[in-house]
Amino acid sequence: MKTTWPNEAKYDIDAALIIEMYRSMLRIREFEEKVAELLEMGEIRCPTHLYIGQEGVAVGVCSALRKDDYVFGNHRSHGHYLAKGGDMAKLMAELYCKATGCSKGRGGSMHIIAPEVGVLGTVPMVASTIPIAVGSALASVLKGIDRISVTFFGDGATEEGLFHESLNFASLKKLPVVFICENNFYSSHLPLHERRSLDSIYMFGLPYGIPSKRIDGNDVLAVYFAMREAVKHARKGEGPTLLECRTYRWRGHVGPKWDLDVGIRDKAELDYWMSRCPIKTLERRIVNDGLLSYEDCTNIKREVKQEVEKCVDFARQSPEPSEDDLLKHVFIDRRDS
Amino acid sequence: MRRISYAKAINEACHQLMEHDPRVIILGQGVNNPWYVGTTAIGLYNRFGPSRVIDPPISENGMNGVAIGAALAGLKPIVIHPRLDFLLMGLEQLVNEAANWAYVFGGQIGVQLVVRGIINRGGEQGAQHSQALQAFFMHVPGLKVVMPSNPRDAKGLLVSAINDGNPVIYIEDRWLYHETGEVPEELYEVPIGKGVILRRGRDVTIVATSYMVKVCLDAAAKLHEVGIDVEVIDIRSLKPLDDDLICSSITKTGKLIIADAAWKTGGVAAEIAARVVEKAFAALKAPIMRVTLPDAPAPSNKLQEKVYYPTADTVVKAVNQLLSASE
Repeated sequence: MKTTWPNEAKYDIDAALIIEMYRSMLRIREFEEKVAELLEMGEIRCPTHLYIGQEGVAVGVCSALRKDDYVFGNHRSHGHYLAKGGDMAKLMAELYCKATGCSKGRGGSMHIIAPEVGVLGTVPMVASTIPIAVGSALASVLKGIDRISVTFFGDGATEEGLFHESLNFASLKKLPVVFICENNFYSSHLPLHERRSLDSIYMFGLPYGIPSKRIDGNDVLAVYFAMREAVKHARKGEGPTLLECRTYRWRGHVGPKWDLDVGIRDKAELDYWMSRCPIKTLERRIVNDGLLSYEDCTNIKREVKQEVEKCVDFARQSPEPSEDDLLKHVFIDRRDS
Repeated sequence: MRRISYAKAINEACHQLMEHDPRVIILGQGVNNPWYVGTTAIGLYNRFGPSRVIDPPISENGMNGVAIGAALAGLKPIVIHPRLDFLLMGLEQLVNEAANWAYVFGGQIGVQLVVRGIINRGGEQGAQHSQALQAFFMHVPGLKVVMPSNPRDAKGLLVSAINDGNPVIYIEDRWLYHETGEVPEELYEVPIGKGVILRRGRDVTIVATSYMVKVCLDAAAKLHEVGIDVEVIDIRSLKPLDDDLICSSITKTGKLIIADAAWKTGGVAAEIAARVVEKAFAALKAPIMRVTLPDAPAPSNKLQEKVYYPTADTVVKAVNQLLSASE
């Protein structure tokens, strides 16, 4: 079934894909709500940055990508990993720092990877995967492959020199990379207006000659359509795009708390953004458009919850990494002459 | 065998590596500039074109990151920083990212990368164009560090570095560029992690790095004339470090001088000394001595430069001091 959405002829999209996006956002939400619980319980102990509220960005972006396209993330990347198709059980096990984790228990929440679906790594250093994504795009060009690279970073990363160095080089060499800024208006505790005199992140592309757009990051379809254009542009060899996706994290910078009690932000602001929940918004539209009934939605939620529970069981039952392996992997053995 | 210069050996290695493997690319400021990077990049741009030989904008950290990303996606990049001092701007990517990547992801993916940094000292260049920062890199788990001292090793270590599978910091000294030596024409490897005894002797072991190897060999020749035979080890690779070679030499001589043309405190010489004390203390018959730079930035003035940089005479003096102290 094909549908037009949102009521504009240029936005044609497969209904099955819309439902897939809905499910994908739910998977991230349910996973993270569970992680919040496990953090409160002290079962997960590594520093964990929750993505709740931002699901529209990861899912909108990754739905426009192929499996072999590369994705690089940051400290808040569970959503990117799951949206790109990373294995949920391995992610949960990694949060427990278990041997079965996606990084074999070495990474924890901030260093996750799923090379089999193109997630080549996430790191907590702000802006640090931006040039790395650009380098992977350079490799695609040299190999003559039409694979593209995506880097997810927050608004704070645009304050780093690396962001600007990367935009300049990617534009100069017309590299197939899409820069996704998830502007959630906070870098750690500090709001955007205390860090920039203008709220104008998307304009950073312009002096480098990069097409740039500001998008409602809580509208998964708006993100998807913008990303689809960016992907088309990149695959044709026309170079990078910068997308500023405006969104909001419901929880605090790190951990399960809400940051309301410490004077960082106020309840009215959070309430506003919660009323614009990307999942509820899509759900309403899906039901209104007759793609699914509320009952169908409830069934999907139940399935997703069960999937998450299974992942927790898997993580709990998984073995710890061996102490003997402590020094393994400082260097890899691969030699390739 | 034919003799070529150190610079020519590096240049030849780059040509042959790029010819041999389409995955090898070069990123470096000045690679398309005939008088820059010590002539080591001559001909590469014209031969392999702008897609494989990239003269990038001035963005050290960004370019290190680009090289890391290219490596993760299957290329074998060589990044050149014509002055090691500028590499400080790119440390974040090398230390946080390149060095950690394999480990934090459980060995599933590695950064097959060579970073060439050039020590540009002397000639009244002053403090910020002269620094020898090998100890910084040696300190970081996940980075390998090599410092070839002669043309043969310069070629062979570059080949090993690019085939290694891990990030390798390859440090050159511009004072070596005109040194000549025998270099095989084909591609060959000099193993990373292995030092070599360049001169055998029974009285004192001298472990040297990079240009100090030449200085110490000159000193050894002078000392030989007065009947003192020193053993000179070119350690070649700082990480991994060939402790065994050093310790077995100490077992023979009982005395050690370490010569590294970088700062003394927290430096390469300090690390080597510590390892010898840990592993071969009983063999030592005298305190270990270090011949290094003083803990001061490099001066610009020519006269002061002469005092700042150790020479063969500095080494001779150190040997004499050590021998008289242990008598």
